[in-house]
Amino acid sequence: MAKRLSVVDPDRCVGCQECMFACARRLGQGGLEGSCIGVHSNGGFERGFVVIVCRACAEPPCATVCPTDALVPRPGGGVKLDADLCIGCGNCARACPFGAVYWDEAQNKPQICVYCGYCARYCPYDVLALEEIQEVPDAAQ
Amino acid sequence: MLPSDPLSRVLYVDLTKRRFEIQQRPELFEAGMGGAGVGIRLLAEECPAGADPMAPENPIILAVGPLVGHFPVASKTVAMFKSPHTGNLGESHAGGRSAVSIRMAGYGAIVIRGASASPVYLVIEDGNVIFRDASALWGVRSSATVGRVIREREPGSGERTIMRIGRAGERGISYAGVITETYRHFGRLGLGAVFGSKKLKALMVAGRRALPVADRRAYREAYDAIYQSATQSTLMKKYHDLGTAMNVLPLNEIGGLPTRNLQSGRFEGAETISGEHLAEHYLGRRVACAHCPVACIHLAAVRTPHPSEPYFWKTSMIGYDHELIYSLGSMLGIADPTAMLQLFDEVEVQGLDAMTTGVVLAWATEAQAQGLVGTAETDDLTLAWGDAASYIAAVSRIVTQPTAFYRALGRGADHAASLYGGEEYALTMGGNEMPGYHTGPACHLGYLTGARHSHLDSAGYAIDQKALARGDTLTPDGVVDALLAEERWRQVLASLVVCFFARGVYTSEVALRALATVGFERTADGLLRMGAETLHLKDAFKRREGYDLTALRIPGRILETESPLGAVDEAFLRQALARYAEEV
Repeated sequence: MAKRLSVVDPDRCVGCQECMFACARRLGQGGLEGSCIGVHSNGGFERGFVVIVCRACAEPPCATVCPTDALVPRPGGGVKLDADLCIGCGNCARACPFGAVYWDEAQNKPQICVYCGYCARYCPYDVLALEEIQEVPDAAQ
Repeated sequence: MLPSDPLSRVLYVDLTKRRFEIQQRPELFEAGMGGAGVGIRLLAEECPAGADPMAPENPIILAVGPLVGHFPVASKTVAMFKSPHTGNLGESHAGGRSAVSIRMAGYGAIVIRGASASPVYLVIEDGNVIFRDASALWGVRSSATVGRVIREREPGSGERTIMRIGRAGERGISYAGVITETYRHFGRLGLGAVFGSKKLKALMVAGRRALPVADRRAYREAYDAIYQSATQSTLMKKYHDLGTAMNVLPLNEIGGLPTRNLQSGRFEGAETISGEHLAEHYLGRRVACAHCPVACIHLAAVRTPHPSEPYFWKTSMIGYDHELIYSLGSMLGIADPTAMLQLFDEVEVQGLDAMTTGVVLAWATEAQAQGLVGTAETDDLTLAWGDAASYIAAVSRIVTQPTAFYRALGRGADHAASLYGGEEYALTMGGNEMPGYHTGPACHLGYLTGARHSHLDSAGYAIDQKALARGDTLTPDGVVDALLAEERWRQVLASLVVCFFARGVYTSEVALRALATVGFERTADGLLRMGAETLHLKDAFKRREGYDLTALRIPGRILETESPLGAVDEAFLRQALARYAEEV
């Protein structure tokens, strides 16, 4: 089964941003460039934090709006990026309602979560977890 | 340093001309590494001898270090300026997202020169500075509102710092602070007043850069070792569980918790303002500085009824730490935690340094009880131990200054006592109001000699408490050696810039390993030399500005009120001060 990153319990998030640094460090560098996860306050530190990750949609809108098929739906949910096909139009970033498509300004291409779970290993308070995607029965059917 | 490391970029902002430039200063960062080491060098370059701290010639310097953005708990920014409170070296450290944001915007240091003709706030990004009109924000009652407005108006949520001042800074109260991310502060020595003197209401810095490393694998391995040790150490766990408020009860137990203007070292109400009690009954949330897994910031949820209408409640999230509980709690005889937290909130709304405010009010309470001032001076307030409502009213008056007495209080306890008397119980050292430890001679020597006259300079309280636990007898020479060794090493941590709470994690060996992976090859001796040199540069700046260790005023009260190590002896302190002056 495909895996995805899950925000298990955002109420435990303290806003340390270890996950954001971990995602960038995965590529072997310091800082935040290239990070595909975002933590920001929920309108001020007093209100806690919002954790934004790619939730690996079964029908990803980012892929639907990609004019060059650079974003390809992954079996089980989520997308894969073929950077060679990407023309940097930014439709994907605008289409994601969660704001989970981050942008590499230098390359002018999206930065897409690869569902590796490296960030979750550095969450000190178990806010994040890498989970198997469960098939959810469609209530409409 | 790696050639591609943006650390060596210094941003110079001129508020008078509304211009900026970026200079490459690798030699500065090779010599001082960052933080305190770079800050004091820049201050020496920028601040003319004898400068008026409230004049445009006084610079504001903000410096971060090589480990910021690379390693956990390297999360602090060092501010350097000439202090309007002491008229000497001003240095203050803050976390929040300040350090990571400055580093991610691509700077090692920011220098702010001159003064704006009208209120302004700055938006600093990678390669750009925007000067925004802040006329409408000037005079807004609460510092929190200023943060909220800028947060909603500017982009970059989650990857920025918003430093701002309250009305105390606008009005030049000499101990006004700068607030960042609502709950962290450049609290001490009046950076907020310097912001105000420049009509600088706020400073936002944002970015999300990559930082180069010398060896990717070694970097990740060093990172993991530090992360493990930071998340698994018992001390760090205590900072997460109870926060610095864990100190209240143990200090009270040994008789080292300054109470009622240090008339006593024990407070009968300590239990209800302790970290344990607050965690049990008030703790509403814990938050962290950027890139710090510890999350030591404790916020109390305080529910206050509306004065006239039933079922209307205001719920406030109010930050607390040991130093606030001491200065605005035990020092003022306040045992009611809700009232104490409401007092914290008022200090925050006005944008004052909490520690100095509490010590100033403690002096004023005693001065009023002694008849040195009456209700004509206090604008009809009767300041009395434990009466938080009067203290809340007095905090607001320190800023609005309805009488000459409040104008005097707005310049600190030293100044007020010089006009009204009561010097022997004006608890300042080196011009700065004392921190929350009365443990023995070493803590007071630390306040007297420390570059910032703070408990964080050389941790004298730890020397006292160690001696108490072991039954050792302290000597002036022994204390001076220990203070100097600690303060020199802390210059290294303050240059990397690592939070002092993680000093047990960042040993010399660990710091050297981390530095090597990001292109700073150093030796243990080299680090120590660098620390000693930084301290020496601070001392040279202070002497240039008229500082004399042997002429420091020692408040009589610290000698009268017994410490856990017995009465503190003035001859012991004087002998140590003379020795320190030679050694530093």
